[in-house]
Amino acid sequence: MPAKLETFYEVIRRQGISRRNFLKFCSLTAASLGLGPAFAPKIAEAMETKPRIPVLWLHGLECTCCTESFVRSAHPLVSDVVLSMISLDYDDTIMAAAGHQAEAILTEAREKYHGQYILAVEGNPPLAGDGMYCFPGGRPFVDTLKDMAAGAQAIISWGSCASYGCVQAAKPNPTQATPVHKVITDKPIINVPGCPPIAEVMTGVVTYLLTFGRLPELDSQKRPKMFYSQRIHDKCYRRPHFDAGQFVEAWDDENAKKGYCLYKMGCKGPTTYNACSSIRWNEGVSFPIQSGHGCIGCSEDGFWDKGSFYDRVSGIKQFGIEKNADQVGIAAASVVGGAIAAHAAASVVKRITQSPEERGHIDDHHG
Amino acid sequence: MSFDSRESALELQGHREVRPSVYVYEAPVRIWHWINALAIVVLTVTGTLIAYPLPSVSGEATFAFLMGYIRFTHFAAGYVLGAGLIGRLYWALVGNHHARQLVTLPIHNRQWWNDLFYMAGWYLFLNREARKFTGHNPLSHVAMVLVFLTCLLLMVFTGFALYAEGTGMGSWQHDLFGWVLTLAGNSQNLHTLHHLGMWVMGLFVVIHIYTAVREDIMSRQTLISTMVNGIRIFKDDRP
Repeated sequence: MPAKLETFYEVIRRQGISRRNFLKFCSLTAASLGLGPAFAPKIAEAMETKPRIPVLWLHGLECTCCTESFVRSAHPLVSDVVLSMISLDYDDTIMAAAGHQAEAILTEAREKYHGQYILAVEGNPPLAGDGMYCFPGGRPFVDTLKDMAAGAQAIISWGSCASYGCVQAAKPNPTQATPVHKVITDKPIINVPGCPPIAEVMTGVVTYLLTFGRLPELDSQKRPKMFYSQRIHDKCYRRPHFDAGQFVEAWDDENAKKGYCLYKMGCKGPTTYNACSSIRWNEGVSFPIQSGHGCIGCSEDGFWDKGSFYDRVSGIKQFGIEKNADQVGIAAASVVGGAIAAHAAASVVKRITQSPEERGHIDDHHG
Repeated sequence: MSFDSRESALELQGHREVRPSVYVYEAPVRIWHWINALAIVVLTVTGTLIAYPLPSVSGEATFAFLMGYIRFTHFAAGYVLGAGLIGRLYWALVGNHHARQLVTLPIHNRQWWNDLFYMAGWYLFLNREARKFTGHNPLSHVAMVLVFLTCLLLMVFTGFALYAEGTGMGSWQHDLFGWVLTLAGNSQNLHTLHHLGMWVMGLFVVIHIYTAVREDIMSRQTLISTMVNGIRIFKDDRP
């Protein structure tokens, strides 16, 4: 029998937060999700009536940068709100319990909230060696993941690790690190890529799930459209310099000081889908391009394997030594150019050594 | 040395060669060829300038729009290329049988295979004389279908998929070509395909122009003028 769950409103009132502050939070959240002011009361109503969703947060092969990002969320504030809004029953990084005690909570929560909880997965399961490369709590992570996924209503894949594989899946991927959606195929999954994802994007996804009781609209790569439907480049504040044709040509030049476009320095903004240029980081203080460095495309599939972070044209490994498309093209053009020159020379020789009859009609009137 | 029509008539006296001619390329095919050629040149130049932009413009960004104009030209030429391709494929349906050569490969025809190897021998200086073909010879026929048309389709599909990234979800470009981005995996892969396609098309153009000029001189039929007036003239009446 599933347990009766407290609503978010009950929890924050119990914690002494005023209704006024609660309503402020609802308006801010509606704004951060890109919803109109009309949605603030809807969020408030959802918070007052819907039970808190239990969230179990697993860590696989990862670096915990997603959690580090998550706890820095400003709108909504993680410390005050999200940890009350959802019922984060298990997250081994930030929970007080440890060891067997912590693992017991996981099993208990799984039974208690079967079919209700959301499984948040940070990191991915390595499949090589029967999963021996990631072994939290004395058990291959892939087994824990499958067990926990079986009772979940939906799965959130936090970060590029869970969504795509990230650095541990970079070629040659020795541990066979595999994205969550390739291991769990029978549950609704939201990919929230980024290394790490933006804190407000993470809390925004959770808020959406709670408010509407369903998954946000996802794109073909299972990413929430509201945060991943546009490229960094499309919303970049340096975009006018790109359109004008004003670029940083070297890291220490005058144009770098003036804040021109970083396209020529290999910025991946034009090929990266994320909300960095609109939401930004650390309470909207800045984001990589604003600090003068190009985007490295950390929320894109396989971004470690696309050649240098400072080159916009990807490396192609199929040609043995790493070359990009244009280097391959120039090499092919030289070969073909040389071949044509040789062929043309041979054709000229053939032509001048031909007898007039063989040349046919053209020289008839001379013959 | 008067270079007038009377002198020309004297020069022509005694010439009785028979030079059969065939109307091969209808006007829509010829117009498409040259518009398409122009579009490819514009796309290659502007595309290269997008990938490797010119040195920075000075002054306030408000008063400059260089990349904007270059990108506009690229996109406009892309639309011309795409629309031209649709028109050309339509003409393959309603035009004469030479208009269909671009979209067919007669791989079940043994004589065609024989001609293919014969013409390969001609280009390798092993055969003394080229065979006659009213349309493309089998070697250029293969290149037209497998290299040119395939590459053109690749460029149109990857190009519009890249364009759809800018127009965004919900746009018709995204509805029609968004799947190409999904298929490519991500935007960087799509860019790589688009760059490789440009090089393939560039190499095709170089070989195409070289062989057209060479065959116009060395083979027994006209080539370059055929794409201007549509008429292929054979320089002798031997088979």
